[in-house]
Amino acid sequence: MNTFLEQFFFGYYPYIAMTIFIAGSALRYDRDQYTWKADSSQLLRKKSMLLGSNLFHIGIILLFFGHFVGLLTPEWVYHPFMSAGTKQIMAMTAGGIFGTMCLIGILILLNRRLFDKRISKTSKFSDTFILLFLFAQLLLGLLTIPYSAQHLDGSSMIALANWAQHVVTFRTGAADFIVAEAWVFKLHLVLGMTLFVIFPFTRLVHIWSVPVQYLTRTNYQIVRKR
Amino acid sequence: MKIRAQIGMVLNLDKCIGCHTCSVTCKNVWTSRQGVEYAWFNNVETKPGIGYPVDWENQDKWNGGWVSKNGKLQPKIGGKFRLLAKIFANPDLPEIDDYYEPFTFNYAHLQNAPEMPTPPVARPHSMITGEVMEKPEWGPNWEEILGGEFEKRSKDYNFKTIEKEIYGQFENTFMMYLPRLCEHCLNPACVAACPSGAIYKREEDGIVLIDQDKCRGWRMCVSACPYKKIYYNWQSGKSEKCTFCYPRIESGEPTVCSETCVGRIRSLGVILYDADKIEEMANMNDEKDLYEAQLKIFLDPNDEAVQAQAKKDGVPESWIEAAKNSPVYKMAIDWKVAFPLHPEYRTLPMVWYVPPLSPIQNAVEKGVIDHRGPIPNVEELRIPIRYLANMLTAGDDEPIIFALKRMIAMRNFMRAKRVDNVVLTKVLDEVGLTEDMVNDMYRTMALAAYEDRFVIPTNHKEYAGETPFDNEIAFDIRSSCGFSFGNGCSEGSTTATLFGGKTHANTMNGKVP
Repeated sequence: MNTFLEQFFFGYYPYIAMTIFIAGSALRYDRDQYTWKADSSQLLRKKSMLLGSNLFHIGIILLFFGHFVGLLTPEWVYHPFMSAGTKQIMAMTAGGIFGTMCLIGILILLNRRLFDKRISKTSKFSDTFILLFLFAQLLLGLLTIPYSAQHLDGSSMIALANWAQHVVTFRTGAADFIVAEAWVFKLHLVLGMTLFVIFPFTRLVHIWSVPVQYLTRTNYQIVRKR
Repeated sequence: MKIRAQIGMVLNLDKCIGCHTCSVTCKNVWTSRQGVEYAWFNNVETKPGIGYPVDWENQDKWNGGWVSKNGKLQPKIGGKFRLLAKIFANPDLPEIDDYYEPFTFNYAHLQNAPEMPTPPVARPHSMITGEVMEKPEWGPNWEEILGGEFEKRSKDYNFKTIEKEIYGQFENTFMMYLPRLCEHCLNPACVAACPSGAIYKREEDGIVLIDQDKCRGWRMCVSACPYKKIYYNWQSGKSEKCTFCYPRIESGEPTVCSETCVGRIRSLGVILYDADKIEEMANMNDEKDLYEAQLKIFLDPNDEAVQAQAKKDGVPESWIEAAKNSPVYKMAIDWKVAFPLHPEYRTLPMVWYVPPLSPIQNAVEKGVIDHRGPIPNVEELRIPIRYLANMLTAGDDEPIIFALKRMIAMRNFMRAKRVDNVVLTKVLDEVGLTEDMVNDMYRTMALAAYEDRFVIPTNHKEYAGETPFDNEIAFDIRSSCGFSFGNGCSEGSTTATLFGGKTHANTMNGKVP
């Protein structure tokens, strides 16, 4: 990959992606809340939802938090407790387990989405697209495990974490950390950022609406004044 | 005491002829769109039968309503954590086949078919996949007038404490109609189960609505509602329900189902109730106490203390006046001839039912109707008392017997008066009625003139703010875009949006999708 593309995708693209992610979500929430929903298709076909959807969601949520903590925890925070190598092994193991969970789930859901007539005929383009996109991203993610296994000293992981931390703290030269990494990491990153770009235009917006406030609602009943 | 007002409904099942006009007019107004073609905000079931969706009354299966657990009320689908754990895949959600796969016929084929040896046939096509359905196997009214085998219909939950075998025999068979709509409960389980807080009860008239913009489609309400009267719109991804035709109610008009009822079985009127008592009364230990408990929540609109408190709590004067003339109050509380549907669900429903009378069993064999005194023995009615009790009073026979006796007394009294020109006060004494009461009952329930059935005060929008001018409610909506979905008031003419929403297609055009 030439340096312009590297600079673009790992230096500028993160900011483009975050801007579209935040502004797009805000605009949609403000302008078109009627389209803001989880868009479940369980009513049309219940079979395989229990296993597929649960595995997929639990897997992907754990993966998300794994990435979040793994990439954004500065080295000095975990260094007193573990070496970078140990952390890498942990990340590979956890990622492998959650990734497999998610993979089984997504295969069940994809099968349903593509080959169950009730679901395929009522799917929007974005419903099928987002599932295929996540499937590709998940495969890439799982594929990074054998690449990581080639160097267990944690150097790759530290490079990626440095990139992420430089990006979120608006420091220059973030892209330089990525240049030397394997293609699979680069592709995984680009797809990952693209996920944020398409986020506001798909059903993914339901993630913003995780109903945690339900747990703190004091009353079961809600009455609105006129 | 916190007094609120609600527009309640009473359906006099004694007069329901099962014509489905209510269902059809409701569908034409509210659910003629893609995604809810399977949904009937109002449907009429023939009982005994398992109904629509299948076996909806059986909460061991669907987990709707509330349970009293360790002295506290919680939705039967689970407390807050358990409910949220079901969010990825809800095990208590019915599938569309539990309602029915919506279908239409390819009518165009009847006109466009080429010349062929046999006449062309319009075959059923699924409204979801657009494909030919070999055989529709279930529908919203599959058991119409006892359609199907008794074996299947007798799974009816209301048979639970009854030796039901004999009712499968031709001579002993019985039936009744049960029109059903959202109950606009005082203690709605759907509101409690909505993780987004999108469902709410309106303070001013008690109508339970789903905020279509706030609904995120977590679909817990569909499971939580024991009446299965919330429907998930599979196209829009939002739940929808009976709106009690609130735009009509607000302007003092009856709901569409009530307006168009040819049997004049529906009455609408104001009920004043004490909102502070709801939780306590829904939490009775014994299910059989729930009917009486709900009566205790209702307040007497003729009591001056109640009127004063109601005014203090913001109930408009016109509503208090309407409450005094409420046909719903009269039937449910004054005369005790109307009952809530399945009080054991603990939702405190506000659509009540007058149980149907039925012919005296074995009357033909005996040659004459057995009169023990002026009022025949209601236990000999063709529809078993216990069946009605399981439906309307959580299995308590006494209130049902009392109501049926009163209705028979009214008939006897009026018949004697009109036909024989005698005043039969003896029949009234037996059931604790006075001549004035029975005349009013006759006027309200039998004659049921339009203005006696529907006593609906208009909504006072101007009371929503300090003055009618300090908010947008009273005047701003004048000349605006009116009733619409989502961002429907925005300008623009594209049929698709940037965010993937579709405009609502009319699905009652007879076209296969």
